[in-house]
Amino acid sequence: MLHIKCPYCGMRSQNEFAYGGDASVKRPELNKETTDSEWDSFVYLRKSLRGKHLELWHHISGCRQWFKVQRDTATHEIFKTLKPSEDI
Amino acid sequence: MSQDFRLDKIGLINRDKKISFKFNGKSYFGYEGDTLASALIANGVHLVGRSFKYHRPRGFFGAGVDEPYAIVQLYRNNETDPNVRATEQELFEGLEATSVNCWPSVNFDIGAINNFLNKFFPAGFYYKTFMWPKSFWYKVYEPFIRKAAGFGVASIKHDQERYEHKYEYCDLLITGSGPSGLASAYAAAINGARVILAEDKPRFGGSLLTSEVNIGNQSGKEWAEKIITELKGMPNVIVKNRAQVFGYYDHNMLVMSERINDHLPKSKKYSPKQRLWYIRAKEVVISSGSIERPLVFGNNDTPGVVLSSAAKEYLKVYGVLVGRNPLIFTNNDSAYETAIEFKKNGIWPIVLDTRSNPESEIIDEAKRMGIDIKFSYVVIAAKGYKKVKSAEIAKISEDKKDLGKIENLNCDCICVSGFWTPTIHLASQSGNKTKFNKEIDAFVPNQPKQEETTVGSANGVFNLEETLKKSFEVGHKLSKKITNKDNKVSVPQVVEKKTTQHDKFWCVPLPKGKKYKRFLDFQNDVAVTDIELALREGYRSIEHVKRYTTLGMATDQGKTSNLNGLQLVSNVENKIVPEVGHTTFRPPYTPVTIGAIVGREVGKHSKPTRKSPMHLWHEKNNAVFVDAGVWLRPRYYKRSNETLFEASKREATNVRKNVGVCDVTTLGKIDIKGPDAAELLNRVYTNAWLKLPVGKARYGAMLREDGIVMDDGTTTRILENHYHMTTTTAQAANVLSHLEYYLQVVWPELNVNVVSTTEQWAGAAIAGPKSRDVLQKLFPDINVSNEDLPFMGYIESNLFGVHARIFRISFSGELAYEVNVESDNGNFMWEKIMEIGKEFEIQPYGTEALSTLRIEMGHVAGSELDGRTIPYDNSLEGMVSKKKDFIGKRSLNREAFIAKDRQKVVGVVPLDKKTSIPEGSHLVKDANAKLPNPKLGHISASCWSVEYNNPFSLAILHDGKNMIGEKLFALSPLKNKSIAVEIVSSHYVDPKGERVRS
Ligand SMILES: [Zn+2]
Repeated sequence: MLHIKCPYCGMRSQNEFAYGGDASVKRPELNKETTDSEWDSFVYLRKSLRGKHLELWHHISGCRQWFKVQRDTATHEIFKTLKPSEDI
Repeated sequence: MSQDFRLDKIGLINRDKKISFKFNGKSYFGYEGDTLASALIANGVHLVGRSFKYHRPRGFFGAGVDEPYAIVQLYRNNETDPNVRATEQELFEGLEATSVNCWPSVNFDIGAINNFLNKFFPAGFYYKTFMWPKSFWYKVYEPFIRKAAGFGVASIKHDQERYEHKYEYCDLLITGSGPSGLASAYAAAINGARVILAEDKPRFGGSLLTSEVNIGNQSGKEWAEKIITELKGMPNVIVKNRAQVFGYYDHNMLVMSERINDHLPKSKKYSPKQRLWYIRAKEVVISSGSIERPLVFGNNDTPGVVLSSAAKEYLKVYGVLVGRNPLIFTNNDSAYETAIEFKKNGIWPIVLDTRSNPESEIIDEAKRMGIDIKFSYVVIAAKGYKKVKSAEIAKISEDKKDLGKIENLNCDCICVSGFWTPTIHLASQSGNKTKFNKEIDAFVPNQPKQEETTVGSANGVFNLEETLKKSFEVGHKLSKKITNKDNKVSVPQVVEKKTTQHDKFWCVPLPKGKKYKRFLDFQNDVAVTDIELALREGYRSIEHVKRYTTLGMATDQGKTSNLNGLQLVSNVENKIVPEVGHTTFRPPYTPVTIGAIVGREVGKHSKPTRKSPMHLWHEKNNAVFVDAGVWLRPRYYKRSNETLFEASKREATNVRKNVGVCDVTTLGKIDIKGPDAAELLNRVYTNAWLKLPVGKARYGAMLREDGIVMDDGTTTRILENHYHMTTTTAQAANVLSHLEYYLQVVWPELNVNVVSTTEQWAGAAIAGPKSRDVLQKLFPDINVSNEDLPFMGYIESNLFGVHARIFRISFSGELAYEVNVESDNGNFMWEKIMEIGKEFEIQPYGTEALSTLRIEMGHVAGSELDGRTIPYDNSLEGMVSKKKDFIGKRSLNREAFIAKDRQKVVGVVPLDKKTSIPEGSHLVKDANAKLPNPKLGHISASCWSVEYNNPFSLAILHDGKNMIGEKLFALSPLKNKSIAVEIVSSHYVDPKGERVRS
């Protein structure tokens, strides 16, 4: 079970959190033309990489904040956690 | 009955307390402090089971966790546990146990014929023998193998025992209380660290309980006792016996199973049988010791062949002799401790040492005591079927290839020692890439991946002085990192006997013409020939060899079998062991009961049960409840002998005719506040929200980004910047997370707050033509006429002094209102509604009637919004704004989503107007077409229409728009039904929606 540092609450056990997918995905702006392939890659295409992965987690059984986690998908090592507004 | 194998003056058992127990129906006695194994051996019982494949007789091999044979079915306090190790099970009054793996009995075993048919059971025998014909597998092979292979029988009764989970944090977790564990725990504790010391056995001390050493002028055992007593008295230390740390998981989370009451006839009151500890440790010190390695020779699985360390433990801890005429077979010095112990207790052992002329302090001592030692000698085979009667022995040449003349030697047990294998399971589980240590011919931990340090013999250090020195150092160093303190303890003086190099020889060659089975894995019946066969057949990877032969599988997990297997593979392949590598160690290290894993989360405790504030009223009024997500909701209110069908028909009819009231507390409610609240709703829902006036509600559907409908519900503008959103019961939590995601991650510029208020409001839906009359009487202060409170209107008022929110919204399709009051007033509201509604013939209605009402109105719900449908499919395309953008809009352009023959919700009526259509039925053109019959759609929801008094269903149908009036068949192979049906509009009742506006 991972030990994750919520940027608002501190270290907590994984069972307080929900995984929220790739954090590097950026939603196309509203009311802006997007090509089929742009939209397709936003909705469906995700990397399944081995190594450092920036991802979203949601502290559902805690402060209910979403935040970013940089984690190694092979070793589970967590390098950094950030607020959604912060960049790595 | 006498205990022929119990000695008088030695052991740690309590001879004042006799304990009686039964094994395979026969009564015996032992003493407090015995294990089932030690008590049986004391009584001369050595036959405890049959082996897995060949059903060869099985006795005891170890004295603890390493035991591969002595697995029994245990009976305790009217419960039974399968697969309990007799070497770990402590004796208690009234204990009963039976053998597993023997059918019909341990002495006469049908499976033993496998032993004579063993051509039938070589490596991979499952794969080869029992594959064809396929139809034989379930009926013939599997039941036979299961019964003959035995293993214990799991109880089918509900387990009455209590199991608990505990979460703990500490600075240092130390796994094992041998010398290395005690020293590191003590050093860390003195230095102020929060320490947990876990010992698997009932007694602390590990090897110090049985070794002849001296620490700080005391015996090893006395020193261990002193340290434990001190540790127990320290507030920063938790000391646990009967506690096995069995799993090392990510981020230094370890799991430990504590057997609190297993050693007692019955669990103490208010105390769980077992407790599972989830421990998050800053640092882990692995002090799990080492397990003696077997030597491989003919029939080395015969009862009476035991590990030499186990023989010593039975002697020194339990005062029990594994035999009165012992033969000791070794390739190293440690077996001499066993020989000396036998001799001290008046038993004359014979030692066979594979080495030609080793010299050390302990060998000298054995010689001085007059013990008969034969150097360059090996055991070729054990003789005897159910117990060792003699041994074939021979001299072996210096190169270990040639055997001398075979001699016969009488003995009643053979104590073997093939040197020691460090217990590296936990280190390996944590991700440590272990390395091979040639000195000891075994793997030891290498570079740690997590915060773990291995000390003592688990790290391949077998010298006590060095172990203590290192362990004190490790305890001090790790604790200093955490506590920043520098309190040191001095390392005590150690007196121990010096030992010399062990022999790398471990597998005795077969003499010409002999075909003895030489076992590597005693639990899984894997012999030398099996491994050789697997290699001949082309298996190379050790992981494949393991699976093909079953080497090191099951509860053994390579404890005694691993290294010998690896060495054999490397010999045959002419490789060195590290090239072969070892198989992955996986948790659990030892078996864990399902009860401990589940803990308290059984039955009603497996998930929370949420009840509405009106729950007691429902109960009193004969509600039959149904699980709706985590909620309990009334399904119907039973009157006299009514069935579900009759009651729900009555309730639904009464809504259509008079008025009904339904508890809608469970609907998800989200309070939305902030200047950008309207903008958020406008982006989340498919329809337009910016112009919704205060005091008005609107129905909305929200999509996922892929265009699939996620949820629907109404949202009401309470104030300028304050909205009240409702969601379906099932999606409430997901919708909140969804909103939070967009507000926090995607559009943080929106100034909006959302919070769940589901539990803050109790809700009642009042529906039916007479609902306005009821409402007017409930709220005499306001006017609720169609003009003053129109469809989708909202108003606040007081209900006999209680503040209430009144929404004119309808799920039933009738004129209807939903009243919300603060939860504490829910029951008051409900009783008032029932009281006032009496003159209008009000009846409560449950979820079944609610479904009927919505289905015949064609209102889509969870069964249509099933995660596969878009707005069009649900006939919600009219609510999809063309002007503005919203979540998921772009996906609605997808080719499949705009196809002319896209699926759509329709109504379905059976032609005979009698036969109800099972939900899930497939709609097909031709009921008798060849399979696979092309599916046009499926029935999503079915009811008995109270309006037309015939069955009615909703379906999601291919090209549904153009199918109205078509005749199809609804097929349900599960219910064996084929029903001729007509496709009609999904809006079966009141298609223009006049009633809700009346
Ligand atoms: Zn948090």
